Amino acid sequence: MAIKDFPVEECILQGNAACPGCPATMALRMVFKALGKNTVMVVPACCTAVIESLYPHTSFDIPVMNIAFEAAAAGASGVEAALRMQGKKDTTVLAWAGDGGTYDIGIQALSGALERGTNFIYICYNNQIYSNTGIQRSGATPYAAWTTTTVSGKTEFRKEMGDIIQAHHIPYSAQTCVSYPDDLYRKLKKAKSIKGPKYLEIMAPCPPGWRFSMEKTVEMGRMAVETGAWALYECENDVVTFNGKSKLILEKKIERKSIEEWIKYQGRFSHLFKPKKDTKRIQTLEDHIDQLWERYRKCYL
Amino acid sequence: MTIMIDTGNYIAAKAAVMAKPDVVAAYPITPQTTLVEGIANYVGTGEFKGEYICVESEHSAMSACIGASAAGSRTFTGTSSHGLLLMHEMLHWAALARLPVVMCNINRVIGPGWNIWTDENDSISQRDTGWIQFYCSSNQEIFDTIIQAFRLAEHKNVSLPVMVSYNAFILSHTSMPVEIPKQQVIDDFLGKYEPLWKLDVDNPITFGNIIGPAGYYKVRRAMQDAQENAEKLIPQIAKEWKQKSGYYHGDLLELYKCDDAEYILLAMGAIGAESKVAIDEMQKKGVKIGLARVRTFRPFPKEEIVKLSRQADLIVIDRNISVGSEGALFSEVKAALYDKSDAKVYGFIAGLGGKDVPYYDVEIICKKAIDGKTKGYEWYGLEEA
Repeated sequence: MAIKDFPVEECILQGNAACPGCPATMALRMVFKALGKNTVMVVPACCTAVIESLYPHTSFDIPVMNIAFEAAAAGASGVEAALRMQGKKDTTVLAWAGDGGTYDIGIQALSGALERGTNFIYICYNNQIYSNTGIQRSGATPYAAWTTTTVSGKTEFRKEMGDIIQAHHIPYSAQTCVSYPDDLYRKLKKAKSIKGPKYLEIMAPCPPGWRFSMEKTVEMGRMAVETGAWALYECENDVVTFNGKSKLILEKKIERKSIEEWIKYQGRFSHLFKPKKDTKRIQTLEDHIDQLWERYRKCYL
Repeated sequence: MTIMIDTGNYIAAKAAVMAKPDVVAAYPITPQTTLVEGIANYVGTGEFKGEYICVESEHSAMSACIGASAAGSRTFTGTSSHGLLLMHEMLHWAALARLPVVMCNINRVIGPGWNIWTDENDSISQRDTGWIQFYCSSNQEIFDTIIQAFRLAEHKNVSLPVMVSYNAFILSHTSMPVEIPKQQVIDDFLGKYEPLWKLDVDNPITFGNIIGPAGYYKVRRAMQDAQENAEKLIPQIAKEWKQKSGYYHGDLLELYKCDDAEYILLAMGAIGAESKVAIDEMQKKGVKIGLARVRTFRPFPKEEIVKLSRQADLIVIDRNISVGSEGALFSEVKAALYDKSDAKVYGFIAGLGGKDVPYYDVEIICKKAIDGKTKGYEWYGLEEA
């Protein structure tokens, strides 16, 4: 669906407490346009708990329950069971968590909820850091990236959450990116139409966390996809389909851009360029992405 | 009314199911397992019609109960020892969110080393979470307290979660006859749960978002008010249940032969039951001693204990230890008496690690205090193998 045809109604209201250029609010606008107002949202500790604004105000026009950092999926399981008991089977239960709350501290509760077949949508908005606590490394932080806990650059690679999710063989999972509203909207609509556990991950470039200018959020997301640092795909009943530019990269119809095209605009990688270019670490990043795509091609072509 | 002869856990499962919760979320841990198995069995027989979520941890059990309760449903869970400790964060969460979750905790020792016998350090260490805490001393009391717990938790002037604790094995795995009232009696007693707030798409409110210092301060005060309201409601609810079912186990305290007593023993849980035998034996020997079994540790029965201290010196047995200080009940009793009473208070630690505390040990403890053969606070029975 073209953006101009998206519903006009907004569930995330003006005057919320997000940073300028925040990808979470951009994504939330589209998420709510796709899911509609018959949605209950569960939010663990993450930036969104701040975006909600200060009690007694709220920037959300749907019911929201905040819950502890590691508990989003478990809390949502309880909400879902209760609503089902009340006969409210049409209400969408949405758990909305960051990458820290998903890849790290919340992975146990998430895995449990997926294994139990909980009828809900779990969305991880992935900005590759603990942003709300002030830019610490997470399991989603890429190799060589600066954070306040990896001051000379992360020495490990990020984990492949998509693989972990797919190992649960749930009816639907997908990776999307805030820079592709049509892709995001379509995947949300699809998730809403399927019963059982659904997992979506939204690449969400964070201006203060990644150290780029606030008007560049969309561009940073696009470059993540075009360089192959992030892939757009969906997995329906164990069948994986790549989407958009990621599909073209997978099928080698276009070349992915050099990772330098993405990282050179981000302050979190600036130590790879000055005072002297760190060709070794840039090459390591490049090779890691090549290996990722070789594996994708082996599995999904 | 029927008689059911069964273990504390199966009796608790029966009570929980008869309270008709919409959602139960639980994770197994010894010695709570037969409680959740009991509920699962009622799912199988169709007697339990709610949702039973087999979660992957106790943390998630409490989180799921919080979600279900926030969505406006009656919820129940059960745990023990390490499971309760894993829930700790969410215990605070449930209480601060003012959600009337009811939970059984089977008092079990904390490791290391691994020990599945009973002491009360698990629930005592959750003292400050905001939960109302009951301690039971018989299977009948377990049944009746669970039913009353739902009524109390869901009362609009309380709206706090309630923990019903009972001792591992001594009660959880010991069969006793219990009178089970008709379902209609329980339905009438509990009524339909009307939540104070809930997640509702027709009234989209955000719960638990960021709150400033002044607002948060009020939230804490409101919790304290709710506990104080519970202090007044517990006796009323206990009396009402007595009218409906015939059973009464005391309210905040259970007083046993306290008339004319010059000494009053305070204890909780199964030691409280064992102490009745000790009191009988001592009274036969002419000792003027009675028992005040503490049923609610939160709210703490301050006024009732002060009243008792006007007639008697107090002897406290704790099956818990606040390491670096003393038994928690001993501390609380002394704090309640401060500036209000000149009564002597003697404190004894006993039965940690599940070490048996039979009635004759209770008798020896009381005798030591009465004969002035204690410094005022000591660990009883340490020297035994």
